[in-house]
Amino acid sequence: MNLDFTEEQEMLRTSARDFLSTECPKTAVRELEESEEGYSKEMWKKMADLGWMGLVLPEEYGGTGGEFMDLIILLEEMGRNILPSPFFSTVVLCSLPILEYGTEEQKKEFLPKIANGEMIMSLALAEPSAIYNASGIKVKASLQGDEYVINGTKLFAHDAHIADYLLVVTRTTEGANPQEGITLLLVDAKSPGVTSSVVPTAALDKQCEVIFEDVKVPRKNMLGAPNQGWGIVKRLLEQATVAKCAEMLGGGQAALEMSNSYAKERVQYGRLIGDFQTIQNYLANMWIDMETSRNITYEAVWMVGEKLPCTKEVSIAKAWVSEAFKFITERGVQIHGAIGMTRDHDMGLYYRRAWAWDVLFGDADFHKEVVAQQLGL
Amino acid sequence: MDFSLTPEQERLRKEFDDFFKEEMKNAPPGWGGSLEDMYSADEGWEFHRYMARKLAEKGWLVRAWPKEYGGQDASIMEQVIFGEVSAYHKSPGVDVFGIGLLGPTLLAVGSEEHKKEYLPPIARGETMWCQLWSEPNAGSDLAALATRAVREGDYYVVNGQKTWSSGAHRGDWGFAIVRTDPEQKRSRGLSFLLLDMKAPGVTVRPLLGMDKTHLFNEVYFDNVRVPVKNRVGEEGKGWDVTKAMMNFERTNVGMIFTVKRGLEDLIEFCKETKRNGEPLAKNPLIRNKLAQIAVEVEVGIALAYRIAWIQEKGGPAAMVEAGALAAASKVYGTELNQRFSYVGHQILGPYGQVKKESKWAPLQGTIESGFQQVQGMCIAMGTSEVQRNTIAWLGLGLPRSWDEVFKRPMAK
Ligand SMILES: Cc1cc2nc3c(=O)[nH]c(=O)nc-3n(C[C@H](O)[C@H](O)[C@H](O)COP(=O)(O)OP(=O)(O)OC[C@H]3O[C@@H](n4cnc5c(N)ncnc54)[C@H](O)[C@@H]3O)c2cc1C
Repeated sequence: MNLDFTEEQEMLRTSARDFLSTECPKTAVRELEESEEGYSKEMWKKMADLGWMGLVLPEEYGGTGGEFMDLIILLEEMGRNILPSPFFSTVVLCSLPILEYGTEEQKKEFLPKIANGEMIMSLALAEPSAIYNASGIKVKASLQGDEYVINGTKLFAHDAHIADYLLVVTRTTEGANPQEGITLLLVDAKSPGVTSSVVPTAALDKQCEVIFEDVKVPRKNMLGAPNQGWGIVKRLLEQATVAKCAEMLGGGQAALEMSNSYAKERVQYGRLIGDFQTIQNYLANMWIDMETSRNITYEAVWMVGEKLPCTKEVSIAKAWVSEAFKFITERGVQIHGAIGMTRDHDMGLYYRRAWAWDVLFGDADFHKEVVAQQLGL
Repeated sequence: MDFSLTPEQERLRKEFDDFFKEEMKNAPPGWGGSLEDMYSADEGWEFHRYMARKLAEKGWLVRAWPKEYGGQDASIMEQVIFGEVSAYHKSPGVDVFGIGLLGPTLLAVGSEEHKKEYLPPIARGETMWCQLWSEPNAGSDLAALATRAVREGDYYVVNGQKTWSSGAHRGDWGFAIVRTDPEQKRSRGLSFLLLDMKAPGVTVRPLLGMDKTHLFNEVYFDNVRVPVKNRVGEEGKGWDVTKAMMNFERTNVGMIFTVKRGLEDLIEFCKETKRNGEPLAKNPLIRNKLAQIAVEVEVGIALAYRIAWIQEKGGPAAMVEAGALAAASKVYGTELNQRFSYVGHQILGPYGQVKKESKWAPLQGTIESGFQQVQGMCIAMGTSEVQRNTIAWLGLGLPRSWDEVFKRPMAK
């Protein structure tokens, strides 16, 4: 056993924190939230120059060959700073499955462009049914000659409006077992028949509706085997879920630190509000939630990285961490009083994210059901 | 004991219900009934003023007030019924500040001139008020306030800053608590003034909420001249007026009925919406959450009726004695709103975050705006923590933990 980060990982954390706090102050976060695109092109370029997009891609594809845990550290820092960017969509949700399941040709086509910041991608998985089970996949792709033709609507696809390519989870055959008959397609976002539009959401985090009308995709753009795509989705959901937990760790820590500092500076009744035991108890509970969230996340991350069976561990992490993040930000607002309710205060940025990330890739109830199944119930 | 309403009360409830059902058809699109909805967009404010006029025409706007000031001398119970029905239909119209707070306070401690001058336009639904109490350094600890008023002949000259003033950008008048004697500490040396928001030297700046709605404001006073006759109570005795008003802040059957209505809408949604091929309403987990809220709503109503009964029997004085119960009801009502909003969010899943302007927004986006607004209720009008302090002190006889004697040296 070794529960420490390596020296390189600690350095990565420090440099990521420095970069984000200088390049993306909270004023920039608010502006980007309001902007149509939702990210800064210059910042994106700088992130690529730092090697972030290619952090876990092998050198032959323009990356630096890091491990999954490295990416997690970066995500923790992004969550801490609330970085509005298509990083999660591009790197976690799309580059990882292409790396693991793509043909050599696909890897050569996509990964170097992702690594150097040229290509933005978005995963089009969820649908109006809003469930993360295979039975929720209804968008149809039918093989006609050498092309797939896609029809249907995807929803809550982050960053689809700015993506160059979409990774689309489609249904190619209908059968008794919903997990069969799912095929993943890499779709040029500029293909005729693709319409992406941003759905306004609480976190202003650019979740899109994507409509496909007779969209033609060459067969060679299929990721993995036909009809066997659910295996890829399962794997990518495991990666995405723990990656989201890492972002929540960063966000939770920041919200806790902010509240703790406020309790040590705000004076009412002639004393610090941190002097009141009620406030101390809130902070202590927030701290417990943070500390219990850390290693339950890292353990699941480690298992995902090592490709160990980890369905249960991933769900345990999400069920715990997303509740913890909600609790920490909710108490954080309460400790701040009225100022915590304002647009100009940073606490609300975290509070809104906590609710958005809670429902992403399944909320606590969804994951507790998975845990129950894993317990043989 | 008898928990039933009289036939007359039942009839009244039906009359209120019919009225609101009809009038609420005039609500602007996406109307959710929150203070944010009312103060933020012009349509919301117009609708509020429209409903105020309609209610005034019916003679219902200030039912509890004496007839001579435009009211009907209605009993507390009748008022509770009115409050329930109005909240259930998400109706605006009744100005929280003018009708809910200032009116009863003037009736209790105001001069005859004040009553004659200020109450009738409120009763006609013409003037709207705002509350100018909190300051940057005086939130929970209101007595720490620093806004100064200096007497010059027949005027007070006011300088300073208030903050979190809900609807100050809409209100015609504001009631403020200010320091008239700087030699005196804390709650002594304060005076209570009625202030024309259009007076020279008053500047109102918006403070946007986290969902970008415009509910509250900063209000700056730069040599604002307020006639001495606009002072309520004696000079230096403003705290007594403030305390009297605080007792009117906590009557809140409406908050429970807002949840009752929200729950009904959510239940309807769960019956209509299928997920995984089955209506949400069939999911045991969801049933349990909905049932829990239903239980909590009934508990809240029972508590509100108990408080109303105490008031009906003993008048406002009894209410002061029941301070701990009133605090409990404030905490219960606001925290129930919060729990409801979170349950709604869980049930709607990813749809819970969709804003009302999107075609994908269920329940007109009320869950999305709700989860960003509810916490304000747990902070405004005395935070949940401060209410619990009050319960510990008044209800349980525990020491006042925030008093000077318990103060420890500032740790760093
Ligand atoms: C939506 C909204 C509308 C409002 N509208 C108005 C308005 O119209 N007019 C107006 O004048 N004001 C208004 N307010 C202000 C409101 O009255 C204050 O926010 C409230 O009194 C709390 O003050 P504060 O925000 O400065 O928090 P603080 O008093 O600084 O409190 C910070 C934290 O410390 C806690 N705390 C403070 N003292 C104690 C204690 N003794 N024991 C334990 N915990 C303690 C608080 O509970 C809170 O969690 C509004 C506020 C909100 C949120």
